[in-house]
Amino acid sequence: MSTESAAGGDPAPAVELSGITKRFPGVVANSDVDITVRAGTVHALVGENGAGKSTLMKILYGMQRPDDGTIAVAGEPVSFASPADAIRAGIGMVHQHFMLADNLTVLENVVLGSEPRAGVRLDFAAARARVREISDAYGLGVEPDRLVDDLGVGERQRVEILKVLYRGARTLILDEPTAVLVPQEVDELFGNLRDLKAEGLTILFISHKLDEVLAVADDITVMRRGTTVASVSPREVTARKLAELMVGSALPVPELRESTVTDRPVLAASGLTVTSADGRKVLDDVSFTIHAGEVLGIAGVEGNGQAELVEALMGIRVPSAGSVHLAGADITRLSTKRRREAGMGYIPEDRHRQGVLLEASLWENRVLGHQTRKPNARGPLLDRRGAKADTQRIVEQYDVRTPGIDVHAAALSGGNQQKLIVGREMSGNPVVLIAAHPTRGVDVGAQAAIWEHIRRARAERLAVLLISADLDELIGMSDTLAVILRGRLVADHDPSTVTPEQLGSAMTGAGRES
Amino acid sequence: MGRFSVRSVLLGLVAPVGALVFAALVCALILALTGNPPLDTVDAMATAAQRPRTLVNSLNSATQYYLAAVAVAIGFKMKLFNIGVDGQYRLAAMLSAALAGAAFMDGVPPFLRVAMTIVAAMLVGAAWSGLAALLKVTRGVSEVISTIMLNAIATYLVSYLLNPARLAENVPGSNNIGTRPITEGGQVPGIDYPGSTSKIFGLVFLAVLVGVVYWFVLSRTRFGFELKATGLSESAAVASGVSVQKMVVWSMLLSGAVAGLVGMPQLLGSSHSYSLDFPPGLGFIGIAVALLGRNHPVGMAVAALLWGFLDNAANALDVSGVPREIVLIMQGVIVLSVVVAYELVRRYRVRAEQRDVGRALGRTKTLEEVSA
Repeated sequence: MSTESAAGGDPAPAVELSGITKRFPGVVANSDVDITVRAGTVHALVGENGAGKSTLMKILYGMQRPDDGTIAVAGEPVSFASPADAIRAGIGMVHQHFMLADNLTVLENVVLGSEPRAGVRLDFAAARARVREISDAYGLGVEPDRLVDDLGVGERQRVEILKVLYRGARTLILDEPTAVLVPQEVDELFGNLRDLKAEGLTILFISHKLDEVLAVADDITVMRRGTTVASVSPREVTARKLAELMVGSALPVPELRESTVTDRPVLAASGLTVTSADGRKVLDDVSFTIHAGEVLGIAGVEGNGQAELVEALMGIRVPSAGSVHLAGADITRLSTKRRREAGMGYIPEDRHRQGVLLEASLWENRVLGHQTRKPNARGPLLDRRGAKADTQRIVEQYDVRTPGIDVHAAALSGGNQQKLIVGREMSGNPVVLIAAHPTRGVDVGAQAAIWEHIRRARAERLAVLLISADLDELIGMSDTLAVILRGRLVADHDPSTVTPEQLGSAMTGAGRES
Repeated sequence: MGRFSVRSVLLGLVAPVGALVFAALVCALILALTGNPPLDTVDAMATAAQRPRTLVNSLNSATQYYLAAVAVAIGFKMKLFNIGVDGQYRLAAMLSAALAGAAFMDGVPPFLRVAMTIVAAMLVGAAWSGLAALLKVTRGVSEVISTIMLNAIATYLVSYLLNPARLAENVPGSNNIGTRPITEGGQVPGIDYPGSTSKIFGLVFLAVLVGVVYWFVLSRTRFGFELKATGLSESAAVASGVSVQKMVVWSMLLSGAVAGLVGMPQLLGSSHSYSLDFPPGLGFIGIAVALLGRNHPVGMAVAALLWGFLDNAANALDVSGVPREIVLIMQGVIVLSVVVAYELVRRYRVRAEQRDVGRALGRTKTLEEVSA
């Protein structure tokens, strides 16, 4: 429908980026990027993590200035010094991570920063009317007076969209909007996007989930290594073809070969319960056993207790009930240091928060978490030479792209930091690896390499707890699959037969019967 | 690799030198505006610098400042702000002076007596800072607040104890009161310097030793690594098996123990008694010196010497008619501008390093791969 109307009037494109180049330290630059977004369409921008999508969108939203190239909005050339300029030009951005104040109402969040005034007083009545009006016009179903704290993820996202519309945006940038949603919420979002489009708005949709892109987009632009490699119509391509455009070659597939599962239990949790500060059970009576050579995958929507489970296993968080056993010994009361010394490796979910010291050298980061063990320490002293030599080994074996081991971790791209962490946690013959999103934010090559390292360690009888948002990775890499929902393990699945859709339903609690 | 280190040395110098130059310019401007020719002031300071007495006094001041700076830096390294060095050293100096001067100490062999005095001072300092550590790990009280309050309590405690009815006696021939003077066996002899009546504190070597130990512990031991890691990212340290609570307690105790040393060179080398005129405020100077010296063992030594010289040159300025307060202005501007300068340099360094990494990895090659 939109194609016809656009072709009929042939209006100026909503956004036209041409020849955008951005030399950005440390990560992939944007190089000669050309994108034309027709008005009144959903335009998808796809590419691997690190392909330069986010940089490009930051340029379009005025958060960064291009070194070269031009931006035109509705045919007019523009130059943005800040997001405020972009907003004035009618461009709004919905960030992947919501920027909402939990303890304010929807209305307060929406008007925050552009409060309607009547004299010196805030005119909430007028604002409320306008929020209702926008919500009804685009079918967002947002209640202005509810507390954001009480809203679900999907509703919060609609508040973010409303916030942008309230500021008069005609072009919306959505940065990986489905990353935090379960499949059912994704369908709702797509319904909203179609409504917005029907009202003449333009949507730039950033994603790397191809099925979603094919379902919702009118045009697709593919980015790879910082530049645009193809502009296609969803009718002309398949998901497979798109994927190949994105990676430039055939996709690696996460899969385990023959089973290496033994009957020797390595890590066992029983009745593990974690209570939050306000008395809520964020982890509720979780029990499982991982055997030597087994990968246990945990599927779940983020925020359903995965972080608490991992921290309770590592001794970072004290469980209120239950026990953890490592190779038969009770480690429930053991400190994190003792657990690590006993052979527990840990790849944290948020590498900047828990995985690396950004302002320390790579070799110091190698020592981190292994500061009491060879080759990093001799008694109470640090073995600098040993640590440096071993860092060099990790850099080579794990293909960490760096000019040396004395640079700060902050200088490396996220993927290379992750490779260093994986290499570190695989060092010293761990017996258990707790891996939370081990391939998040790394490129395809590194992803395949990390999978291979985990596979090899599994063949050598490593027990792995794998938590991931990537369902293909979970299904492909796990020997056993469990689903976590609101802090409980609710279902077990056989990874050889389960489909991502079935997992997705189980993750929301909808597919309990299946 | 060499490129990185040469640059990092240069970058390390840019901020403090830049801050000094900036401070000098500000002071010149203020001098000119208030009708004092800046060049005469420089001249007066240069003359002062040539006097042996100024040099000796500067070195002696620097010795105390350095110890205070190391005490502060131990906390700074893990983002712990021990503002209480001031109270810790005054209480420590007072109590250890009372111990060292006590009559029963006269029979103790000199070396043991000095060692006992120093250990007592370290224990008192550690105990006082330990209170703040305890409050922090058990009740979550910010160490900034508690150490500031403990400073005030220390002040009152010292004036309560420094009373002829308790640990003090009247100093003959004056209105001053102080602890019983330490007899010769408990003193640390000074070092003569030609042309100066004042002597160099014998405990200047203690300051050097503390600096060496500080460097060794921080860069060569597991404890130092965990301390730094906690300072750089508490969450990453916790995930790596560092017990942050334990680190808080240990670093506060160590900081307090070093703080206890601050008053020792003066007490054992020159005043031999803790009296009303014992130098106050050294703890706060330590904060400034640690900031200027970037918590680095050598950097702080240079900063302490500079601070000591500025303080002692102030006396010379008075004589030549320039208001001595100009030195305070200079010190203030140095601290403020050095904090800004360090942050600017830090940002530049991060960007420069990322650029280097990008260059070394051949961005252009990646783009060729794309077009291929």
